[in-house]
Amino acid sequence: MPERSIGIVTPDSMQFDEPIELKSGARIGSYTLAYETYGELNAARDNAILVCHALNASHHVAGVYADQPESVGWWDNLIGPGKPVDTERFFVVGVNNLGGCHGSTGPSSINPATGKEWGGDFPVVTVEDWVKVQARLATRLGIDRFAAVMGGSLGGMQALQWTIDQPDRVRNALVIAAAPKLSAQNIAFNEVARQAITSDPEFYDGHYYERNVVPRRGLRIARMIGHITYLSDDAMDAKFGRNLREEVLNFNFDIDFQIESYLRYQGDKFADTFDANTYLRITKALDYFDPAEKYGGSLSAALEQSKADYLVVSFTSDWRFSPARSRELVKSMVDNRLKVSYAEIEAPHGHDAFLMDDAVYHNLIRAYLERVTT
Amino acid sequence: MNTPERQTRRTGRRDFETIAGWISDGAHVLDLGCGDGSLLRHLQQVRRASGYGIEIDDNKVLASLKNGINVLQADLEAGLSGFDNDSFDYVILSLTLQAVRHTERIVKEMLRVGREGIVTFPNFAYWRHRVHVLMGRVPVSRELPYQWYDTPNIHVLTIDDFEIFCAGHGMRIRERIVLDEAGEQVKFMPNLLGALAVYRFDKWSA
Repeated sequence: MPERSIGIVTPDSMQFDEPIELKSGARIGSYTLAYETYGELNAARDNAILVCHALNASHHVAGVYADQPESVGWWDNLIGPGKPVDTERFFVVGVNNLGGCHGSTGPSSINPATGKEWGGDFPVVTVEDWVKVQARLATRLGIDRFAAVMGGSLGGMQALQWTIDQPDRVRNALVIAAAPKLSAQNIAFNEVARQAITSDPEFYDGHYYERNVVPRRGLRIARMIGHITYLSDDAMDAKFGRNLREEVLNFNFDIDFQIESYLRYQGDKFADTFDANTYLRITKALDYFDPAEKYGGSLSAALEQSKADYLVVSFTSDWRFSPARSRELVKSMVDNRLKVSYAEIEAPHGHDAFLMDDAVYHNLIRAYLERVTT
Repeated sequence: MNTPERQTRRTGRRDFETIAGWISDGAHVLDLGCGDGSLLRHLQQVRRASGYGIEIDDNKVLASLKNGINVLQADLEAGLSGFDNDSFDYVILSLTLQAVRHTERIVKEMLRVGREGIVTFPNFAYWRHRVHVLMGRVPVSRELPYQWYDTPNIHVLTIDDFEIFCAGHGMRIRERIVLDEAGEQVKFMPNLLGALAVYRFDKWSA
């Protein structure tokens, strides 16, 4: 059957009134999760796939919103009717994580205790917290066990965490462009991004909503830094090289090179749509991710309870979460004799390759999911 | 390393039955250069074997995935550092020995991560090959379906060569089956009449 887009989709939301105890010890009394679903949950309710998002994405994974032709879902090239994640076969769920800024409860939501936005008081959330909350959404949707949980980057880390925390509720995990934990360099980049935000004079310890300002300069710089780490040196060179925006050097500090123009554009675009408090929390969730920590530092021990089969995928030019990091994941699965397949995709795009439409990569996902029984 | 695809396909499953007959039920197996995964699939089916195939080529990784096996994309020339000592019952190198560059290292690695090793390779001293050489040509046959300029087989070896190699590298041969071109077992003058050799070996224990 030919591939096509799922077409017009509509976001949903669900209200949860049972309090959630977070890893930090903080407690959130009630919360809302924004989510989308595509396809149909079958009678056996065994064809559901959860797609977890990474740093700056959302529950809008595939399709497009009515009257907003630009609003194509962030993984639309992979998910849809006849696509590698085939919505004719699978019931696909996308969810905006707790602490997000796309409809789920987060720092810009109203804190019932104060009647004002949470702002800087919104707790730090972790990957474990997200899995806990996603599991509650699954229960409410009538999904006892996911056919698969999948994601790229931070999304892949959530898929891995699912197999550790909810071993009876996930049959397969697709862990793409991820890592078992962040390196010092990874944390360093995140810290620079956070410092850019928190040192913005309009940050006000996160309570900027009530002042009707946005720490825009900080968020912009944070995004620029992040963007550099998503691309490879080669990809940047191929796309921009040393090309000038105008034909001459300006001998001032405005834009000379195309890459500067591109980064500013990306920063501006991001600052218009994303919340700085959410950015701070998601980078912390990344830094804190370390499922081996509870198991004496051994990821193999962490995976002892896992009952899932895995597909692990990395990309050769990804220096943020390099293939070596994915091989660490594979080793811990092999140590437990878990069923795992691993592919290292030859791709020039760097970390962002997981979002690209690459035939070798997409064929692997398709072949893997064809093995998943429903 | 280019695994000899055409060769695997043409020799078909002739060594598969021998290998399936040797390994124990439910064995944990690592198949180096697993190609499209058909050997592992066969061992899963007839021996309920578990384990992984290692393959470097994108298309073969995909074929292995479609064949229902666990495949790990890696260059086995880089060693097997992703595997702990004695983590497999058997490590198999089927029709790949003659095509690897670092032969000694790979055989050593096989016996580090596995309890036993199994290798299969085409016998370059097979009489038809000898005839080719006597006629002044490099052998081309069912077992060696390549021309000199496109062969992935960079190490020519014979049954006698392999046994000398084993003796010199702390490897104890546990079983050997030599097959002719029809897949029949050869017991008489195997280094002359055998086209394909299948060996099972382990480490000499001190």
